[in-house]
Amino acid sequence: MNTRILGATIARILHQLRHDPRTIGMLIVVPVVLMGLIYAMFDGSGPVLDHVLLIMLGLFPFVIMFLITSIAMLRERTSGTLERLMSTRAGKADLLFGYGAAFGLAAAVQAVVAATCGYLLYGMTTAGGAGLVVLVVVLTALLGVGLGLLCSAFARTEFQAVQLLPIVVIPQVLLCGLFVPRGDMAGWLQAISDVLPLSYAVQALQEVGANAEPTGTFWVDLAVVAGCVILGLGLAAATLRRRTP
Amino acid sequence: MNDAITVTDLVVERGSATVLNGLTCHMPAGRITGLLGPSGAGKTTLIRAVVGVQVVRSGTVTVLGRPAGARELRARVGYLTQAPSIYADLTVLENAHYFGSIAGADAAAARAAVDQVGLSSSRDQLVGTLSGGQRSRASLACAVVGDPEVLVLDEPTVGQDPVLREELWASFRERASRGTTVLVSSHVMDEANRCDRLLLIRDGGLLADDTPDEVKRRAGTDDLDRAFLALIRNSAESDGPPGTAVPAGARRRHARSHSKGISS
Repeated sequence: MNTRILGATIARILHQLRHDPRTIGMLIVVPVVLMGLIYAMFDGSGPVLDHVLLIMLGLFPFVIMFLITSIAMLRERTSGTLERLMSTRAGKADLLFGYGAAFGLAAAVQAVVAATCGYLLYGMTTAGGAGLVVLVVVLTALLGVGLGLLCSAFARTEFQAVQLLPIVVIPQVLLCGLFVPRGDMAGWLQAISDVLPLSYAVQALQEVGANAEPTGTFWVDLAVVAGCVILGLGLAAATLRRRTP
Repeated sequence: MNDAITVTDLVVERGSATVLNGLTCHMPAGRITGLLGPSGAGKTTLIRAVVGVQVVRSGTVTVLGRPAGARELRARVGYLTQAPSIYADLTVLENAHYFGSIAGADAAAARAAVDQVGLSSSRDQLVGTLSGGQRSRASLACAVVGDPEVLVLDEPTVGQDPVLREELWASFRERASRGTTVLVSSHVMDEANRCDRLLLIRDGGLLADDTPDEVKRRAGTDDLDRAFLALIRNSAESDGPPGTAVPAGARRRHARSHSKGISS
């Protein structure tokens, strides 16, 4: 990795975002609006609302980042910019970690805005600190980034890339403990849930929600999610080829 | 004369087709070499092999004494893909700036590259809003930024008006005079006249590797277009089984279909 090229790549991706107000809107406004919808659905009160809002705080960025990054990476492939980059000094890691860092920054802004709205507008409460909530939400968004970049390797068109959403994202959402607590699931479902990284992100959020001080489980969950982010970016880099047929 | 690029027995297969079939050629340093041939002849494949992004079956490609695509070559070779490969959601200058930083060039070099392709006035325009010709010049700016020693350009003048084409060729000539090796693919014959050397390829094989004057002399015509047609016809005839005389009418039809291939 070359820090100058990595820095240039981060700046380039942020410039692209800046020129695309709609995507910024999608990143920042949509999660807040969707949380408002949930707030209204639960009539604005109750213990279930707190539970659901907290998980949604992680889920929306995960899904949105997955979509945005898988398409962004696919566009690099189809527009020829990837081929051009692969003929330059830019390394695979420069490109992938550039995406990770740039979208990580965007995710941080998104997480702060969404969490602030959650606490102030929608009356969400957590036993643990808001800083930890934001930390988990950013990591969850990065999980979406890593998976999105990786999955783009398995799609040839944007049409196919969008179709990966129900295959890769929705099972994780179903089994993460939002609808049925993971402990109440059948053994085989729990086993599947255990190997899906989103489960750990949601568990970390629930740990912050329930405990004033970060628990051991929380740190383990955080480490698992962070490990999966690095793994996803690394595997995505491995799918890039300097030479193509 | 020193060769900047040497291609030896290059075989490239794409899918089930053999695109380059044992091609051997060389491109002198500090000169403009034109790569010509009908569409589908293997021009882009050869160019991709020279910049090291093409999987090759066998044979070698050496650039500045190193195997094509070697790490130490990446900052020394500028590559323009046939379709503009730049970010549509960045401005012209932001694109040049990004590819410049990768090549190790500064912001002033990015501006200079944009000026050189005649896009000074559209510098801050998003690439997605440019015309097709402007877009390919923006892409060219990203290939020349940082003054690479070897410039590999796949059809850089397509879609440009005559005035701009003149300017672009003047800029290639100026770079060559400063020692840059330029490899340009084209299918426009009047551009072939501007090259120091010509490589004519057809069906993945080399048909001619000579100066424009020599190509014309061999074909006995002053017109490169006709010269190429003659070369293609000769090779097509020598390919045919011995004793099968081609009727004059059929031969003319044959030539015409090839000429279509060149100009398309």
